[in-house]
Amino acid sequence: MDTPLLNDSDLHFLLYEFLDTEALLARPRYCEHSREVFDATLNTAKTIAEKYFANHNAKGDAHEPQFDGEKVSLIPETQAAWNAFAEAGFLAAHHDFDDGGLQMPEVILRTAMAYFTAANIATAGYGFLTIGAANLIHTFGSPEQKARFLPAMLDGRASGTMALTEPGQGSALADIKTSATPADDGSYRIRGNKMYISGGDHSLTENIIHLVLAKIAGAPAGAGGISLFIVPKFLVNDDGTLGARNDVALAGLLHKMGFRNTTSTVLNFGERDGAIGYLVGEPHQGLRYMFQMMNEARIGVGAGAAILGYQGFNYSLNYARQRPQGRLPSSRDATSPQVNIIEHADVRRLLLSQKAYAEGGLALCLYASSLVEDARTGATETARTNAFTLLDLITPVVKSWPSKYGLKANDNAIQVLGGAGYIREYPVEQYFRDNRLNPIHEGTEGIQGLDLLGRKVPQKNMAGYQLLRAAINATLDDARPFDSAHALAQTLATHLHAFDQTTQQLMARLAQTPDATLANATVYLDVFGRVLVSWLWLKQAVIASRQLDQHRTDLPDVEINFYRGKLQAARYYIEWELPEIMPQLALLDGANSRCFDMQDAWF
Amino acid sequence: MKILVAVKRVVDYNVKVRAKADGTGADTANAKMSINPFCEIAVEEAVRLKEKGVATEIVAISIGAKQSQEQIRTALALGADRGILVETDTDLEPLAVAKCLKAIVDKETPDLVILGKQSIDGDNNQTGQMLGALAGMPQGTFASEVNVAEGKVKVTREIDGGLQTVALNLPAIVTTDLRLNEPRYASLPNIMKAKKKPLETVTPADLGVDTATRVKLLKVAPPAERQAGIKVADVAELVEKLKNEAKVI
Repeated sequence: MDTPLLNDSDLHFLLYEFLDTEALLARPRYCEHSREVFDATLNTAKTIAEKYFANHNAKGDAHEPQFDGEKVSLIPETQAAWNAFAEAGFLAAHHDFDDGGLQMPEVILRTAMAYFTAANIATAGYGFLTIGAANLIHTFGSPEQKARFLPAMLDGRASGTMALTEPGQGSALADIKTSATPADDGSYRIRGNKMYISGGDHSLTENIIHLVLAKIAGAPAGAGGISLFIVPKFLVNDDGTLGARNDVALAGLLHKMGFRNTTSTVLNFGERDGAIGYLVGEPHQGLRYMFQMMNEARIGVGAGAAILGYQGFNYSLNYARQRPQGRLPSSRDATSPQVNIIEHADVRRLLLSQKAYAEGGLALCLYASSLVEDARTGATETARTNAFTLLDLITPVVKSWPSKYGLKANDNAIQVLGGAGYIREYPVEQYFRDNRLNPIHEGTEGIQGLDLLGRKVPQKNMAGYQLLRAAINATLDDARPFDSAHALAQTLATHLHAFDQTTQQLMARLAQTPDATLANATVYLDVFGRVLVSWLWLKQAVIASRQLDQHRTDLPDVEINFYRGKLQAARYYIEWELPEIMPQLALLDGANSRCFDMQDAWF
Repeated sequence: MKILVAVKRVVDYNVKVRAKADGTGADTANAKMSINPFCEIAVEEAVRLKEKGVATEIVAISIGAKQSQEQIRTALALGADRGILVETDTDLEPLAVAKCLKAIVDKETPDLVILGKQSIDGDNNQTGQMLGALAGMPQGTFASEVNVAEGKVKVTREIDGGLQTVALNLPAIVTTDLRLNEPRYASLPNIMKAKKKPLETVTPADLGVDTATRVKLLKVAPPAERQAGIKVADVAELVEKLKNEAKVI
């Protein structure tokens, strides 16, 4: 049984009904594009994903990358996938025409990436990292650095990494030890160890461009003393050809629970004379620059988690439709045929929750991508600023909500399959293992909570929060004409009221008792996620209600069912999962300090 | 050398089509539409001939509703040079399609016409052969290999007994079988380039083709559902059932 990649109808709905992606064509940057070009791009992505990525998702998991002391080898299908991805133009698609790109909108590229991720998240990781690293060099690199490194990263000869974490430092980067010493020629010599570096070594490309965080001697302490360097595996000559091997050595591969076909590496910089590195931008600004890549990566991580949730949902749904087992409680006839398990209410609950998490998570990530787009190409300065402010606020949630609930969706997919879900002969346990990385990398769930409550909500006098609330209120109004959506809007409004009050309280306490207030930040993060996703489900419910109201007689059955499914998932989420914020809000309101007060010795 | 390639817009091969409840046809409302897979192979073969330096121009033709432009654009993104849409909202039968193609062949005078051996919606397997008769051109159908040399095209055909190779004088018609090649995907730069390639629209009336239907559709019904299996006691009972119930021996 093949698992379909995502759901074309849903992607179509998200791009063209939930978001107004066609409106981008009115922006000068996209005047050369058309709906046909967008759709053909997605079609190519799907074709390549089906043919070159899906074919080795299980194999790459069973045969993880090997290091023989000299060279890292991956199963050969990985190379074919990388080549197809690069040759089709996905590495360069969003860059300017002048830089050899196609000026593809962010949301289309993100949707295209969704197909690759759905087919094989581990192999897709190489493209994902390379695009991010190239974007960073494009934004902050000097013209000389861009000319030297970008062409190969855009056509697939070189890949990229982000080398932040060290054996001793992960979440708290301020204390990294990797050092950079100025050399006479203006470059730097980098010395130190980096760990958990995805794609840090492999044989897919002739060169690997590491973006490395390091401290220049004498730099200020803390995050404000970190600089960003380009450190290539092989030096690149002026004419673009490869030069000498740089002093970057692979100390070893790490052996992961999932996501296995993306190598995870320990890298030693400067074991001999120091690795040659080139400072990006100004000294001590490295973390700020790196945050561009990290924020982009955070949306990508959220999307990856939602997509793995989606694939588990697709598989378990098909399974439940075909697996006969037992009879309904009302059936007393032991000779009657067994029903497929989708007939059982609890299985439907497991499936409906997966639908709510997977489709809700994907909607969240594509919405965030549309904000990335608006922040760059919005029509007015205000539109651009507002999009940026809103995106900045919700980024921790875009990263963490799908990471938590996409994983929960996979957990539920395993439950639908029962024993079959627990064995490696079926794909859902791999989705779960692959997905388990997502609440960890690019800032753990705990870090996202601190970022949201400690920084993103209060910043700019809560400007982002006000924008979000205004956007939610607009949807509450949109829901009014439709009975079914209006009922959901009322439930959401009640919870919003409580949410607002708690948020205000927390803001007031934050300055006085930061440690105690932030102690429950992860709870607040979860509450925020539930509210945000309820809003996005309400938006979908409004569209579905409108279609069902206005076109009930002329829509084909498949579409009627599609919209009914959207409405039902919205009802499930808002009636079953949103109210769970009430006890969470009570913990936050009461500044419950049970966890905070627990003492080391009491464990 | 100029190659004409025909591409048909059909329901995507991944879509499970159902019969309409009233039996008047298949329910294809809002189904994903794509190039007929055999036509895609035809485009690929033409592009390969161009890449080999054998062909100099590839013209992609589609006959159908306005949306068939999408399939022409796909062919252009795969490497065809220009497109012609014969626009009609009537569902044309193979004979009318062949007549439209014949009119275009007269105008374009290609050296080679490559078509899919059949389309996955109608499954008629007639258009190429009819075009051959109408245009008086030799035909090599069900091709699994195509070689053009010295004014001839050598076509290896997949036939019931194995493979048959025929040599045809140009201009000729080739219809493609599944094993002829593996079509490429459209790269993103080529998708953008395709937008700027010329696409001309004509109607069957412009070509002087009568599109009247000659075949009457009586009914479309789903195949009978598979019955549950049964256990037989012995071989004798099996033979008896095969003979008298299933009537297969």
